[in-house]
Amino acid sequence: MPGVVLRTEQKQPEPVCASSLHRVKQMDSEWSRALDLGADLESEVETAEQKQGAFARLREGLGRTRQALSAELGASFGGAIDSATWESLEELLVLADVGVPTTVRVIEQLEHETEAGSITDGEGLRQRLIEVLAEVAQPDGSTSRLDLSAHPSVVMVVGVNGTGKTTSIGKLAHVLSREAGLEVVLAAADTYRAAAVEQLTEWAERAGCDIVKGADGGDPGAVVFDGVAATEARDADVLICDTAGRLHTDSDLMSELTKVRRVIADRVVGAPQETLVVIDATTGQNGVRQAKEFADAVEVTGVVLTKLDGSSKGGVALAVAAELGIPVKLVGIGESLEDLRPFDPLEFSRALVGE
Amino acid sequence: MFDQLSERLQGVMDGVRDRGTLSDEDVAAALREVRLALLEADVNFKVVKSFTESLGARLEGAEISDALNPGQQVVKAVNDELCELMGGGGGRDLVFAPSGTTVILIAGLQGSGKTTACGKLAVLLAAQSKRVGIAACDLQRPAAVEQLKKVGQQAGATVFSLEGEQDPVAVAAWAVESAKEEGLDVLIVDTAGRTVVDQGLMDELASVRKVVSPHDVVLVLDAMTGQEAVGVAEAFAETAGFDGILLTKLDGDARGGAALSVKAVTGKPILFGSTGEKLDALEKFHPDRMAGRILGMGDVMSLIEKTEEKFDADRAKELEEKMRSEQFTLDDFLDQMKQVRSMGPIGNLMKMIPGMGKATAGMGDVDERELDRVEAIVLSMTPWERANPERIDGSRRKRIAAGSGTSVQAVNRLLKQFAQMRKLMKQMASGKLSLPGGSMPGGLMG
Repeated sequence: MPGVVLRTEQKQPEPVCASSLHRVKQMDSEWSRALDLGADLESEVETAEQKQGAFARLREGLGRTRQALSAELGASFGGAIDSATWESLEELLVLADVGVPTTVRVIEQLEHETEAGSITDGEGLRQRLIEVLAEVAQPDGSTSRLDLSAHPSVVMVVGVNGTGKTTSIGKLAHVLSREAGLEVVLAAADTYRAAAVEQLTEWAERAGCDIVKGADGGDPGAVVFDGVAATEARDADVLICDTAGRLHTDSDLMSELTKVRRVIADRVVGAPQETLVVIDATTGQNGVRQAKEFADAVEVTGVVLTKLDGSSKGGVALAVAAELGIPVKLVGIGESLEDLRPFDPLEFSRALVGE
Repeated sequence: MFDQLSERLQGVMDGVRDRGTLSDEDVAAALREVRLALLEADVNFKVVKSFTESLGARLEGAEISDALNPGQQVVKAVNDELCELMGGGGGRDLVFAPSGTTVILIAGLQGSGKTTACGKLAVLLAAQSKRVGIAACDLQRPAAVEQLKKVGQQAGATVFSLEGEQDPVAVAAWAVESAKEEGLDVLIVDTAGRTVVDQGLMDELASVRKVVSPHDVVLVLDAMTGQEAVGVAEAFAETAGFDGILLTKLDGDARGGAALSVKAVTGKPILFGSTGEKLDALEKFHPDRMAGRILGMGDVMSLIEKTEEKFDADRAKELEEKMRSEQFTLDDFLDQMKQVRSMGPIGNLMKMIPGMGKATAGMGDVDERELDRVEAIVLSMTPWERANPERIDGSRRKRIAAGSGTSVQAVNRLLKQFAQMRKLMKQMASGKLSLPGGSMPGGLMG
């Protein structure tokens, strides 16, 4: 296996469950709830303080959106509900990149409830808006938890160029390795972009995990193949596969991705357990098309919504959930290591509406 | 690019066209569809509002022209309005220093494609016989400098980076000095991606600007950007300032409303559009052509330019001669196919042809692999077979199928199609048959 970086010493078998459980309890409770590490590894610990901290971050990240929305909503929600209320609500949701179809759907439902008399005033409307948006963000039968219950679990990360795949992988690896105490292997299958492998290598060093590399311009399938071999040889818990950014309209590169997935599926039963499409929060309605094309190619299980730290609204995540039934699983709300967070629908819509 | 928008507008206009006259309701319905289409294309809500308002005013006040039917008049009004919104007739060129080294500063959000854009600009400028350097001032993202070094190498540009230096302003100042000393024509300054809410980074960009005194500041903007494009552009305009826009990822299916919004709000022109991953995939942005494209009028100008650029006129003449004398062989066919394919994916070419945007919508992509197979079949033939396709017998067909990894049926199909094509060419060349709309240059689609 040329170009493969591997620690060769044999790992001592250890009681994985017990030690992992111990480690998991040290995690930020929000993360431990967001990771499905198998039934015996559940941690129910949750402190209000930690929750508060994460929520504050998200609020901060969505700060500008929140201000914009709440200023106008404040006015709309102040008095009686009339046609102007619906118009400004429509404007605000569209401006948040929620998209026309989903905006129409949300407003129709709220209008219906108002006509039926279950919403009577502005405050009631605001409360229901938050709930309805949260329902939209969490499609029926989906979960925002990451399924890592299998051993080993494989996470494949895909997306168009520049959405933040490599950075998100670095942060996820850090959480899984340093906080959850899992043994993580990274497969640097982005052999296309100049210096992508170097970037991931830096992350691997920070996260303290192994990385499998291939040659520049080499076959990504081969890198992933080696990644699986390395994961099995080390008896590691999780393999995370980076892939080259590609436009979802490039059918050749999309079928390459299908092939990479097949390499994983052929080698590990039930893998990849998670296939995450990374979407930049500044993206508009094209995000829906991205998610759809990637889902068609590699059976996407969730969305990672990145760059929520800008002034962008990330409403496209709601459009993706509503139109395609794909849940958001992780959000990137900043540049530091801790800023990759599990997705909480209610918090997200609260922050969006500005409660 | 902009495909879905043109489909939508075409949908509305088809109805209007059939009716012949334009009522108030027609105007209202057209405006509603235009509004929806623009919103779905991620044009900013407020820009959409003012666009439909002025479009409405244009439609209501318009006199019925003799030359156009009312439907055509709506199309023209939308076209004119779009054209105006995107900056009128042609795009502008980069601003160069009257003498000495021209400095171009590149700014943009994270992941918008700045570093790649630097490489593409370098390639474009090098093609104009300019000596180009790139300053590596993105010290934020891990391995960004390595990426730039690789890109610069591919582009044939000198890359200026200071190992160990943490301050991008210092790197920028040093790079400008060095570029001037080396007598380079152009220095492109790459900067770190930033989020608009990070005041520190925005201030840093302003400091870099100050120290390099650029002749042109280019904002790199992802064509997929949503409603926030306006906020982004405004934030950059307020802090560091910029003079023009380079739109990336236009080769995707983003409806590109961001381009309209940003131009409308900041008044800054779009200079370039990036249409592929390869370093030569950067084109001058033509607002008028783009407006035509939005309306599904096709981008014939770009197609013609592309054809002229890649097509060898002498060879075309030679081929024409061969067609006339029925000497056209499978070798010539292969040659033609290669020339056409060298212009880029067939699907991209199809989109530039008027009406094709809509026509090919249901067909999905033109299958490039089908073309690969055709190529493989021809390549599996002996020279004698290529010259005498009509004499290829069953056992030869079997061998060709095996050699090309296809089936005998596929070989049969190709040979049959080729025979028909030859017949058609002969008829066309002898003037017995003419294609509607004139002939394609050099049998382009042959």
